[in-house]
Amino acid sequence: MIKKVTLPPRIFFKKFLGVLWVTFNTSRVLKSQIVKGDTNEQALLKGLANNDSKAIETIYKENFNMVQSFILNNNGSYDEARDIFQEAMIALYEKAQTESFVLTCQIKTYIYSICRRLWLKRLQQLGRYTTQVDSMEETVAVAEDMEAHEKRNVEFAIMDRALNSLGEPCKSLLEGYYLKKMDMNALAQEFGYTNADNAKNQKYKCLMRLKKLFFSQYNIGE
Amino acid sequence: MDDILLLDAVERYLNGEMDTEEREYFETLRKNTPEVDQMVVEHNMFLHQMDAYIAHTNIKHTLHNVHTYLLERGDLNEGGEIPTRGKVIQFWNKYKKVTAIAASVGGVIALFISGLAVYFSSTVNDPKLQQLGKDLEEVKESQQYQGSIINEVKSKIPLNARLLSGGSGFLIDTKGYIITNAHVLRGTGAIVINSKGKEFKSSIVHIDEQKDLAILKITDEEYSPVKSIPYSIQKSNADLGEEIFTLGYPRNEIVYGMGYLSAKSGFNGDSLSYQIQISANPGNSGAPVFNQNGDVIGILSTRQAQADGVAFAVKSKSIYTVVNDLKKNDTAFEKLKLPTRSTLKGEGRKAQINKVEDYVYYVKAYGK
Repeated sequence: MIKKVTLPPRIFFKKFLGVLWVTFNTSRVLKSQIVKGDTNEQALLKGLANNDSKAIETIYKENFNMVQSFILNNNGSYDEARDIFQEAMIALYEKAQTESFVLTCQIKTYIYSICRRLWLKRLQQLGRYTTQVDSMEETVAVAEDMEAHEKRNVEFAIMDRALNSLGEPCKSLLEGYYLKKMDMNALAQEFGYTNADNAKNQKYKCLMRLKKLFFSQYNIGE
Repeated sequence: MDDILLLDAVERYLNGEMDTEEREYFETLRKNTPEVDQMVVEHNMFLHQMDAYIAHTNIKHTLHNVHTYLLERGDLNEGGEIPTRGKVIQFWNKYKKVTAIAASVGGVIALFISGLAVYFSSTVNDPKLQQLGKDLEEVKESQQYQGSIINEVKSKIPLNARLLSGGSGFLIDTKGYIITNAHVLRGTGAIVINSKGKEFKSSIVHIDEQKDLAILKITDEEYSPVKSIPYSIQKSNADLGEEIFTLGYPRNEIVYGMGYLSAKSGFNGDSLSYQIQISANPGNSGAPVFNQNGDVIGILSTRQAQADGVAFAVKSKSIYTVVNDLKKNDTAFEKLKLPTRSTLKGEGRKAQINKVEDYVYYVKAYGK
């Protein structure tokens, strides 16, 4: 059984326009690739993976305005533009950290694709979804990356909640050890324990409580 | 305490802080005790979570700093003009369909309303309620019509006075007291004409604009007090659906009309009047509304302009109130006595009309 499918004229027209648009865009992208080269982008991503503020600044400067005008033009505010862009940056950061990471497109395209997807989702959640979102750039498939990113976001939220329900001085103690990488003597001094061993004992007690809190949520989440 | 020691060992093991001897010992322990192995796996995973969380917090922090830094340097544009398209254009693009629909709906409604206005203003200029007193023009017409009669019999209307309005009224006391609507008496005086066409001079005794009731007294020498009035004036409220009839003067001749009581309150819920279904015309104002037994239950006063056959009658209870007010104000009227006994009960309609028509008067108000 072969079904003959004919496109309604309107959709056909849209597709036709779309093809035109993509050809136009790819030629533009190719041009910019020749100018910048790939090595520059790889270096930037490496910098991003290492939380290097110079690299982040560069990426930020080159891409933020594009995302901002996209969001503003599609029913968003300045604050929302900033949130969405930063979340896209984090997604890119996560991707850059994986060992098997290869970016198959330009950073710009990737960030735009993520932002577009994030924004569509946000609009849908807010019920502000208008008929169509203006598309100015080509996009790449980011569904898998987005899923991984969302899963990680859930985990971070659990950790965040666990840490916040821990209470003081446990929270600060653990943050001092794991986040600020302070050594036991310094921690003992700061929190007023008589010696490093006592501080260490306290740290482990806190850690055990944190683990308990985290896993109780985490297992439910699974 | 043991737990803490164990945790310490696990962490040192994972961080590679153990020396070879200790490491070997721990690895054998791990192999032999599944609990310890489980703990190592769990803690490893937890530490990874912690690391990821910390990295996440750090990158967020960096991003925030970079954003503020770039904003300060002026590389980012926040809160200013949107570079590509203005807000107004955005709004326009977003809502142009809605605007178009709204505008066309508005246009259609405007056309419709102005059409309605034109249609109604030409035909109905009146308020919703139409008082049933006769207008000057109508009276004029009737004056011309009966010009001969007026010429033949000398009218009781003063020579230099003009007729202003007309309506109906009926006797409420044998001595010649007539009740009618206040709006019937537009002028300074009135004459009353009985069903046989005989005119009597009368004076306005009392007007209650609020209840729309007025009392006239026949002052003519030719008038001889009647023995008794055949109908009574009902004190209580009438019942819904009660059959009613009326006698009045929409023309120069007495006219009978019949209908039923359709609501216990009047226009817009006015509790002092009834709504009745009857064909009423200008001139019917002040006419008595009888029930089947010949009791007066109301005084026909207004009709609804847009609705056919919907009229309103002031409740007969108000007659008592008005008469009592009058008695209180002026001792001269102490002897005024309203009829309380009906002799019409059980009679046929023709007989009832026959007995009643002599007591219903045509009221003509005049002024200068």
